[in-house]
Amino acid sequence: MENNVVLKMRNIHKIFPGVRALQGVDFTLRKGEIHALMGENGAGKSTLIKVLTGVYGKEEGEIFLDGVEGAVAIHSPQDAQKLGISTVYQEITLCPNLSVAENMFIGRTDGVYQNWKKMNADTDRILKSLDIPAKPTQQLESCSIAVQQMIAIARAVDMDCKVLILDEPTSSLDEQEVAKLFKLMRDLRERGVGIIFVTHFLDQVYEVCDRITVMRDGKLVGEYAISDLPRVQLVSKMLGKELDDLSDIKGEQKAYVKEDGAVPVLEVEGLVSDAGIKPFDFHIDKGEVNGFTGLLGSGRSECVRAIFGADRVTGGTVKIKGKNVKISKPLDAMKNGIAYLPEDRKIDGIVGDLSVRDNIILAKQVLRGFFKPFSKAEANKIADEYIKLLSIKTASKDTPIKSLSGGNQQKVILARWLFTHPEYLILDEPTRGIDVGTKIDIQKLVLKLASEGMSVTFISSELDEMLRTCSRLVVMRDRKVVGELTGDDLNQNKVMSTIAGGDK
Amino acid sequence: MQTNEAKKSNESNFLMKIVKNQCFIPLAALLLLALFNLIADPSFFKITLGYNSAGNPVLSGFLVTILDSGSELAILAIGMTLVTAATGGQDISVGAAIAISGSVLLRVLCGSNSRPETLQAPIIVAFLVSCVVAMLFGAFNGVLVAYFKIQPMIATLILYTAGRSIAAWINNNELPVISDTTFTYFGEFIPGIPIPTPFFIAVACMILIGIVLKVTNLRLFTQAVGINESSSRLNGLNPAFIKVLSFVILGLCVAVVGLIKVSRISTINYSVIAKDIEMDAILAVALGGNALSGGKFNMAASIIGAYVIQFLTTTLYKFQVQSDALPAYKAMVVIMLVVVSAPVVREKFSSLTKKLKVKEVA
Amino acid sequence: MKKKLLSVLLSTAMVAALATGCGSSEEAAAPAEEATAEEAPAAEEAPAEEAPAEEAASGELIKVGIINNDPNESGYRTANDKDLKATFTAENGYDASFAYSLKNDEQITAAQKFIQDGVDYLLLSAADTAGWDSVLQDAQDAGIRVILFDRTIDADESLYEASIVSDMDKEGETAVNWLKDQGLSEYKIIHLQGVMGSAAQQGRSGALDAAVASDGWTLVTQQTAEWNAEKAQQIVQSVIDSGESFNVIYAENDDMAKGAVAALDKANISHGVGKDVIVMGFDCNKWALEELLAQNWNYDGQCNPFQGVYIDEVIKKLEAGETLSEKVIIMDEKGFDATTITQDEVDIYGI
Repeated sequence: MENNVVLKMRNIHKIFPGVRALQGVDFTLRKGEIHALMGENGAGKSTLIKVLTGVYGKEEGEIFLDGVEGAVAIHSPQDAQKLGISTVYQEITLCPNLSVAENMFIGRTDGVYQNWKKMNADTDRILKSLDIPAKPTQQLESCSIAVQQMIAIARAVDMDCKVLILDEPTSSLDEQEVAKLFKLMRDLRERGVGIIFVTHFLDQVYEVCDRITVMRDGKLVGEYAISDLPRVQLVSKMLGKELDDLSDIKGEQKAYVKEDGAVPVLEVEGLVSDAGIKPFDFHIDKGEVNGFTGLLGSGRSECVRAIFGADRVTGGTVKIKGKNVKISKPLDAMKNGIAYLPEDRKIDGIVGDLSVRDNIILAKQVLRGFFKPFSKAEANKIADEYIKLLSIKTASKDTPIKSLSGGNQQKVILARWLFTHPEYLILDEPTRGIDVGTKIDIQKLVLKLASEGMSVTFISSELDEMLRTCSRLVVMRDRKVVGELTGDDLNQNKVMSTIAGGDK
Repeated sequence: MQTNEAKKSNESNFLMKIVKNQCFIPLAALLLLALFNLIADPSFFKITLGYNSAGNPVLSGFLVTILDSGSELAILAIGMTLVTAATGGQDISVGAAIAISGSVLLRVLCGSNSRPETLQAPIIVAFLVSCVVAMLFGAFNGVLVAYFKIQPMIATLILYTAGRSIAAWINNNELPVISDTTFTYFGEFIPGIPIPTPFFIAVACMILIGIVLKVTNLRLFTQAVGINESSSRLNGLNPAFIKVLSFVILGLCVAVVGLIKVSRISTINYSVIAKDIEMDAILAVALGGNALSGGKFNMAASIIGAYVIQFLTTTLYKFQVQSDALPAYKAMVVIMLVVVSAPVVREKFSSLTKKLKVKEVA
Repeated sequence: MKKKLLSVLLSTAMVAALATGCGSSEEAAAPAEEATAEEAPAAEEAPAEEAPAEEAASGELIKVGIINNDPNESGYRTANDKDLKATFTAENGYDASFAYSLKNDEQITAAQKFIQDGVDYLLLSAADTAGWDSVLQDAQDAGIRVILFDRTIDADESLYEASIVSDMDKEGETAVNWLKDQGLSEYKIIHLQGVMGSAAQQGRSGALDAAVASDGWTLVTQQTAEWNAEKAQQIVQSVIDSGESFNVIYAENDDMAKGAVAALDKANISHGVGKDVIVMGFDCNKWALEELLAQNWNYDGQCNPFQGVYIDEVIKKLEAGETLSEKVIIMDEKGFDATTITQDEVDIYGI
């Protein structure tokens, strides 16, 4: 093994039924470096990680580790752990019903014996050293997603790993938490740990990483030092084409002009739900794109959920085109031409085992009613149409949606709602955890839909996206609406200061 | 040469398709049992046309017995499949519910006298009443599961515990006996038709559910709720309603089975009627390759599963295996199936076939 | 909250199960009763009907606590319970309380409660043979006399006064002797057994097995149908389908005999007096005896559920200060032959 190298993967091949997920990928990780693994969804990053951690077997290829003679055999996550490879996955894989301390130590004790007192004390020490606001005896479920994520990282860090894999760790964290995580990552780098960092946030890559490996369509594109690869080039390598879509998209939303005297498509007053938000007012006009923004947990999702009837509405009035309506459950909202793409794709969006086709027709089918199913031919036609329209990458329309990549799953959910031909479309974090290409596709689609007369509310953690697409931003802080920005106020600084409450 | 190879790969694709089909395992089990019988004693497949003691033509033979006795299980498998798919749990009160619905049926037919000379009500009326009662009990189970979020097995434990006593209470603990022969038509034969009536009833139920699945969204909605309840709700479905609906449909199946069971012997024994049939119904669903944790389902596979169980039972009777050892054999079948359909084994199997293919090419 | 609701529902269901079990005509009153699922119908009915006269007498009523199995368990048990309820009435000088369970520990709890209530006699049909020593000792210490009926227990004889039981072996022997007397040229028997290991099954199978061994009879098949008519039908059907010949059906209860006959009818095999196949059953259900009367079946063996009169006699003797000549009292049990049975016998002995 060359100097300083802790991990070397050579010529890795992995085949899934119908898909060559990895085709001869090489990857090298050195001591004390933070190495970004970049690529669109479906590029093979997750598969590569899972091969490395023993979740998947590989068809071909070798893995070498520092200090181990010859190629290592990794058949299970336990093997990987023993070899000093620790992982924090995109989705939290801890046990929600166990305590924080139990989660820290589960599967790590040698025998059945467990010294609970020591375990709790150790956990407390680790949590304190990492500034994680949780108690060892607290049930994991009762922590926020962000804290759960940090506990998962703490657990991995505590296992004396040589290789730490962070798979989309920041997608559920707010900026402060991200900063804390980065500090931690830098500390670990000082200690000589090699960190593989998988993320979609370009900013973050350029903030902490030393090196970038880019993958596309199951193949290696190349490995670069961070200083040698400007952002634009990184994006173009990931997408496999030269692109200035990022600049293209800017400014398009400014075209929106409200017609005089037009009745808002939707108008709510004093709406409040049992999800803990303060009553809020909100309206959207025909063909308008607006958005809710605020920090994680500020209540932006809860607002749109209340509009859609997803949470139990406890007060307030809703008017659709000037007419009072009562929305107490999602079906009411759907009947009034509202569509809602939920924040948590996995839990609220996809119906995992059902085919892409069934997932596309589901909402419309519910609207049509129990006794009016689409014929198989109709359903197939619809599915084909939307797969083409949104360029959904799937083996076939019969493929279960769960085997699609995140971005394509999101497109299917989008297709589902577009097919209901809504007048008002709510997109809650449609771009989370998906690849750059799809992100841009979705933003473009939003603007196109708006130009055709659809009203869209767009929520994203990435302020850039919001600023690019929305003509009006509702700003939230601590579960209440604190401001509304339009026109010239729509800039990063103004939004930040409104969120922070700096003008008071 | 190339076309030959293409043909070959086509063939293997076709084979793969068959193997992947959910009906494959239960059908293979059926075939295996048939093959075993064919080798052990071909007379197993003999069907003869004779006359029963009333002078009406009847077909007899082991195959007819299987079609006859398997009817109840096949009908129950329909409802159990839906309940399993929608709730990810099973109803263990089916046997007790059959006792109740059979008891109601007899109560209506007999009136206050437990041994009437003539029927006190038309059979169709009695049957409809028993349907309503069985569906109400189904709805009771469904409400416990859907609205009170009690695990199905626990929720139905209530009726499982109390059901047979309720059944006895309905008839004042008496054992009504029906002497009218038209009542036996449902469990035995209609004069002049040599095929057992339960088989027709089962086929009618299958056709009915087939039509229902075709002209309604029952399949899509049930699967969606079973796979992802939260997501289904956000798509406008009412998951609780779908779950209750599945239990009500099972209730209807229970009423039909109650009719057949009671008609077979023209009376009822509260403590043993349809005893442990729920376990067989659940087994049928599992044999059909349906996940007992809910979600996607294949109705045909469940029904075939039901007949596999009856085929096995009849075969064991034929070879005079002690019938109290039957559960042990069923357990063995379950173990084999579970192992065969386990993802680990499947993966091993597919990698093995792949290796073989590679060798072939080499 | 959820769990609480569940437990309430479950316990209600169990109470309902027990209460409905107490069943028959007093049923309407049962669900309103306390959760202990005990009732004293005799005591309750008395004041309502002939209040003044009975009240005077009630001071001298003999208090009995009766612990029985669930009357729902079988027709036999239903008849047994009815008989006991008819015997231990206020008119007959008794104040009776009933408790039902198929579980030994619940029965023991009920016994302890009866002891606390200070009954004079404890009548017991135990669910299980073991585990009764200490509670019966308590009863003895409290001066309560114990009479076992229907089932014996593994406890010292000194702990109870009398045990009134059926002799299952004898039931079997009576039936098998009857079968021998038929003088068939050959015996090819389908033997349908009850739930394996139960006393009735062991007694009734034992006699037949002995005869098969000694007289060279053929067992075409010997299977347990677990008291179940449908299973019996399937077993006989399978013998018919395989084409084997047989001329006797020995079913260890009436239900199984009925199932067997259903299979015979389907295959047009004649059965009954002077026909191809002899049909034998046990328990003397009324409907079964009617089949005998119509000569469709040949034999039905009694398993006497009418223990009330025996117990009554024992209590009378003990109250009079007499001693019992025998601790174990075996009840008379008959076997009915289709050629000799009368309508009167059907009415008297049918359960």
